Amino acid sequence: MIKIFQNTKYDFVGKRRITLLVSIAVLAFAIVPGVINLAAGRGFFNWGVDFAGGILTQVSFTQATDEAALRQIVEPIAPGSQISRFGQENEFLIRAPSLGEGTTQVIEQLRQALQQQYDGNFTIERTEAVGPKVGGELQTRAIIAVLLSFLATLIYLAFRLEWTFGLAGIVATMIDLAFTIGVLAAFRLEFSLTTIAALLTIIGYSLNDKIVIFDRIRENMRASKREDFTALVNRSINETIPRTVMTGGSVMAVLLVLFLLGGIAIRDFALIMFLGVVAGTITSMFVAPTVLLFVRDRVGKHKAKEPTSRPARVAV
Amino acid sequence: MSGTLMRRLLIIAAAIGLATFFLVRNGLTYGLDLKGGMYLALEVADPQGTMTAAARRDATDQALDVIRNRIDEFGVSERNIQKYGDDRIIVELPGIQDEERAKDIIRQTALLEFQNVLPTTEVQAALPRIDAAILRVRPDLAVAADSAARPSEPSPLDLLFQQQQQRDTTAGADSAGATASNRPEDRPFSSLLNQGPGEGEFLVAVENVNRVNEFLNMPEVQRLLPRNTVLRWGRSPQGQGAQLFRSLFVLKAQPFMLGTAIEDAMPGKDPQFNNTIVTFELNRRGGRIFGRETAANIGNRIAIVLDKQVVSAPNVISQITTNGQIEMGNAPITEARDLALVLRSGALPAEINILEQRSVGPTLGNDSVQQGKIAGIIGIVLILGIMIGYYRVAGVFACIALFVYVLIVLGGLSAFHAAFTAPGIAGFLLSIGMGVDGNVLIFERIREELEAGKNNRAAVDAGFQNAMGAIIDTHLTTLITALILYNFGTGPVQGFAVTLSVGIIASFFSAVYVTRTLFMLYINRRSPTEPISI
Repeated sequence: MIKIFQNTKYDFVGKRRITLLVSIAVLAFAIVPGVINLAAGRGFFNWGVDFAGGILTQVSFTQATDEAALRQIVEPIAPGSQISRFGQENEFLIRAPSLGEGTTQVIEQLRQALQQQYDGNFTIERTEAVGPKVGGELQTRAIIAVLLSFLATLIYLAFRLEWTFGLAGIVATMIDLAFTIGVLAAFRLEFSLTTIAALLTIIGYSLNDKIVIFDRIRENMRASKREDFTALVNRSINETIPRTVMTGGSVMAVLLVLFLLGGIAIRDFALIMFLGVVAGTITSMFVAPTVLLFVRDRVGKHKAKEPTSRPARVAV
Repeated sequence: MSGTLMRRLLIIAAAIGLATFFLVRNGLTYGLDLKGGMYLALEVADPQGTMTAAARRDATDQALDVIRNRIDEFGVSERNIQKYGDDRIIVELPGIQDEERAKDIIRQTALLEFQNVLPTTEVQAALPRIDAAILRVRPDLAVAADSAARPSEPSPLDLLFQQQQQRDTTAGADSAGATASNRPEDRPFSSLLNQGPGEGEFLVAVENVNRVNEFLNMPEVQRLLPRNTVLRWGRSPQGQGAQLFRSLFVLKAQPFMLGTAIEDAMPGKDPQFNNTIVTFELNRRGGRIFGRETAANIGNRIAIVLDKQVVSAPNVISQITTNGQIEMGNAPITEARDLALVLRSGALPAEINILEQRSVGPTLGNDSVQQGKIAGIIGIVLILGIMIGYYRVAGVFACIALFVYVLIVLGGLSAFHAAFTAPGIAGFLLSIGMGVDGNVLIFERIREELEAGKNNRAAVDAGFQNAMGAIIDTHLTTLITALILYNFGTGPVQGFAVTLSVGIIASFFSAVYVTRTLFMLYINRRSPTEPISI
């Protein structure tokens, strides 16, 4: 039997001050790159067409061409477009800003202009055109989705464990989110609908990770009522380390494969997820238990009671 | 073998059988991003914002029917046309080649109106007042009009103007020319209008069309146009010497018949001039009206107006009842085919705006499928390796459970005809992670129980039972997130959410139920003291 991290006795919650300081630093990291972007007039995120509106066209050419030549064609039709190489050698990504209600018509104008210049030696691989109305709507819906999923989880955890657990889980998950947001803003990765999917998955995964440890804490609380709560929390984290490493490791391995081999379409998705999972694993072991202790110290000092609800006992 | 075990194996076999059945029968549907195609989000246009919510809903429903008819006639297999919210229409057309043509077919309002052509003298009287009104409201335009209409060199246009003015003075001397000055800068509007070849028809040089439109859209001008008349452009420009002109027709505002009276429409070629035409057949009621109008207007013109543009304005030579035709000049036959199609399938209640368009070419989609498959297979193999390497026989159980899991997810997706998208592949892999997590939780618990000195059976029982709380909690919270995603997401995010939801349910079944059953089989075959491989 191979065993890793059995019977460990690491102290995860001893350095509370450091944990809190690092957490605050990560929260700041969520904002700083974005604010710098804003100051530079580039938008907090590198909003994709899904949210900013506008057009994204991926064109591949069978004849050699370059950005400058394309710019001459694109600029009169959609001023302010970005043109960049993408994937294969003669493949380009043209990103045009939102042109109001006529946004979707610009696609056809672009195609005609390309046809005139390149005469069939090109293929439009992909087009996305989002009118201004939809872009704003999608933004709102995404924010609502994130907030709702938080709320739903908080309610669920309050119901299943105790509200202090829910709060600790959400605070820790927000730090994962903050880290991911900071990376997105700092490296100017495109923020698209897929990014939202990735962020929501990170939320789901990260909360899962914390729930597993919380479940163990609750179980241990029931088994030994005398034990000092801090020591109990530490023991619970240590007991779940093998699981944390196995699951986290498997998921990270899959995400790494997706990142390396999944193709350009899901590369960013895999990267964001990978970072989120790494952050989630760390916050599960350090931040969530620390916050839990902190909250319980403040509010539950005089009525250190065990969770009221029972664990699910389901025969399978 | 005990009864419970038998029942468990039967349930698992049934799940596998059902999944395989759906997978074989329905096959996997790939999303537009993987197989290529076009996605459109449409909305009924309401530029003035005057529609009530109920009117919008009705118009959207009506448009949905019309668009569905048109796409079906156009012939796109596996098309998906559905209402989204109260006032959106989502159109998904897989594997479409000519996107612009599809968009035109969807968007063409196809409002066909039959209107009487009125003589130009009907509006002649109003022209000086219109000119004066324009000068009053927008003096700047008058100066610009001057420079636009009069290049420094005398052009054919200038010559034509002179002819036009001469004709004006002979034909309608009492109205236009008498009071107004003849300098074009004093006549910003009427100086752009030339007498056309036929009755009720002006000619406007193509470069002036936008300006004329601008004038016609001014409320001050609209007020001055005689009641019961409208001005409508001809469909295509026509040449006169080196200059291209568009016709501007004077029509009776109220159409005497609408395209709803059309029974059938066919594309064709006019045998005489080899022009493209669309012939149409009216129903009996339409035929009666058409017969009455043509009989009353012999010698006059009747305009066939499509989407506010005059497609033809034939002189009525004799009474016509049920058959007519639309002239399309030298337009390609495909255009006639499309027009016949939209005429048959009816008019849209209003114009349609395209809010969102996404399209993926077939090659790109293919590449994505290949890459996704490869990444998926390697990811799964990696997990199998980790599990077997670490948990040995128990790891093999986890792998069998994983196999059942993959089959159930694919079967579930094909049962619901849910499309597999690129984000869907990601969601699929993520729920594999969840399933593996379930097994890891269980195995670690069993190991702990064994270390605590329990015998095999007791350790396995306790391991499953103790891991259950965490497994339920994690699966439920993820399911909640997936459902929220599905409700608030669009397109790709929904694809992700669907796969994730199906995956979570399958993962729960396989990680818990299937693995448990395999453990029961395993333990039943050995003595309680013989160590188990975990």
